[in-house]
Amino acid sequence: MELPEVRQPSRPALILRYFRRNKSLGIGVAVIAALVAFTLIGFLLVDPQAAYPLSAPTRKPPSWQHPFGTDFFGRELLAAMVVGMWQTAVIGLLAGGLGTFIGVVLGFISAYFGGWIDAIIKGACQILTPVPVLLIQVVVAGSLDKRDVTILTMAFIVVMLAWMGPTLVIRSQVLTMKERQFVSVAKLSGVGDMGIIFGEILPNLLPFIAAAFVGQVFAAVFASFYLAVLGLGPLREPLLGNIIWAAQSQGAFFNGWWWWPIEPAVAMILILASLALVNMGLDELANPRVRRTE
Amino acid sequence: MSVKLILRRLAFLVMVIWAASTITFFIPRMSERNALRERFADLARTGGFAPADLEKIIASYSKQFGLDKPLLQQYFDYMWSVLHLDFGYSLGKYPLTVMQLIEQSLPWTIGLLLVTTVLSFIIGNLMGAIAAWQRAPRWMRAIATPFILLQGVPPVLMGVLLLFFVGFRLKWLPLGGAYSLGTIPSWSWDFIWDSALHQILPALALIFGSAGGWVLSMRGMGVTIQGEDYVNFAEHKGLGGVRIFRDYYLRNALLPQVTGFALALGTVVTSAIVVEGIFGLPGVGSVLSAAIRANDFPVIYGIVLLITIAVATLMVAAEFIYPLLDPRIRSD
Repeated sequence: MELPEVRQPSRPALILRYFRRNKSLGIGVAVIAALVAFTLIGFLLVDPQAAYPLSAPTRKPPSWQHPFGTDFFGRELLAAMVVGMWQTAVIGLLAGGLGTFIGVVLGFISAYFGGWIDAIIKGACQILTPVPVLLIQVVVAGSLDKRDVTILTMAFIVVMLAWMGPTLVIRSQVLTMKERQFVSVAKLSGVGDMGIIFGEILPNLLPFIAAAFVGQVFAAVFASFYLAVLGLGPLREPLLGNIIWAAQSQGAFFNGWWWWPIEPAVAMILILASLALVNMGLDELANPRVRRTE
Repeated sequence: MSVKLILRRLAFLVMVIWAASTITFFIPRMSERNALRERFADLARTGGFAPADLEKIIASYSKQFGLDKPLLQQYFDYMWSVLHLDFGYSLGKYPLTVMQLIEQSLPWTIGLLLVTTVLSFIIGNLMGAIAAWQRAPRWMRAIATPFILLQGVPPVLMGVLLLFFVGFRLKWLPLGGAYSLGTIPSWSWDFIWDSALHQILPALALIFGSAGGWVLSMRGMGVTIQGEDYVNFAEHKGLGGVRIFRDYYLRNALLPQVTGFALALGTVVTSAIVVEGIFGLPGVGSVLSAAIRANDFPVIYGIVLLITIAVATLMVAAEFIYPLLDPRIRSD
């Protein structure tokens, strides 16, 4: 008897099928891809220098010549959106990546070794958690010399108090995982601490780490945006929050320059919403209990 | 709830406040920036007095503020004054203390926060509960489900959108400020009406900007709760839909949300502050953003510390409320 041939669908087809099932992940990834495309194509088409003051006629509404209009200080807003989007991505990825990395390392140390190390790390996380992070960041950003505030310092300010969340998440995951049988088996077979951490536990934690990373990127983008809206960002840079801050300080709506604050706001909504959607989608991926069937 | 547990939570609260005030003490002192020098250099530029006097003035002010003492001594003095909620004088509005500035602006912020937080909690949780409730009429779920999308629009951005559509395009409501330019604050009905109109957009921004989070978490909660045996049992007893929804489903789904509420307090308060700054409302937020512009450091640190203390205290207080809501915890 001949068995009918089973055709395994190709990998891209499988991924597309999963996106159809997990709609929030699919839409989120699509929006992020569109934003990345906007930024990359934008860098090819516009002059990044036009995103800085005194490079265009001031206060022009959107037109063919100035597709996104220009602002009070003579920035070309299309260029400002492209550069601002790129800078937001840099802050988000850098701060999110660093926060997640610190969280993974501390979470592992805390859960794996236990004892007083665990007590210190866990205690520090719990005590710092109720402190409103943004306000402490206001103190840090306010203490810096205005000239020292750059995109990089923004990222470091944001990461300074953003490692507690991932630490606690990874810690609790490692705690449950190190009691699993496959870890005991590895230990009995004589695998060392490092072997267990990198060979047994870490690969199983990847979905959680990915979810924590997206969450941290979201938090970092959000925090740097709030700081910039308060006027604590690098004032010369066309960071999205900075543009809104500048527009509000100049009374953009009172003067009828509606395009000035609305464009960075819409860009920011797209970024935050797509990250939130990806986060929800990854939750579903990491937690099969809520995974939907086709 | 045992006395031991209460004491442990209070000790935790003290630790949080200690950590926050230590951070706000050391970070500014680690920086190169000298607040007094910047302030007076600014004044010298605009007001014009000899730089020779400048050094003398800075020295005497440093003495006045106790900045010439050893660091450890300063730290203990500082902690002592934090205990008394005394944050020193404002550099920008000198005869006023930081606490006086906060006292003037705090009622506005508290009023705005109370109304918006309560409303967004109610609206968000109700919409989330309906979005997850499969027995609800189709039209109700059709209204409730889109509220999930609010998740991606934080209060500040909601504020910008509302300013554009409602204030700028439709011209229904004012574009910012606490009252119309040219009016004089008084207790007349006209003025109260005018300033109430100015509060609507920021309030809506905060309500709908923070409702998204509640919708999402409540929906997740609701999905698990509606499959519970007691909900099915209530249905088999023949209870009406509204009764099941309110007494069996909503009440149980709300419990974890109260914990979530305590955790979200920090974000809620900071959002309100930033929104106030964007709309130019009188409140702690505007005082803070004015202080940031004017490099008025004592005011910045004072506001940050006071809000941190308030948030941490409210969080611990919320934990004490929890046993009142959930009888299962009370017996432990």
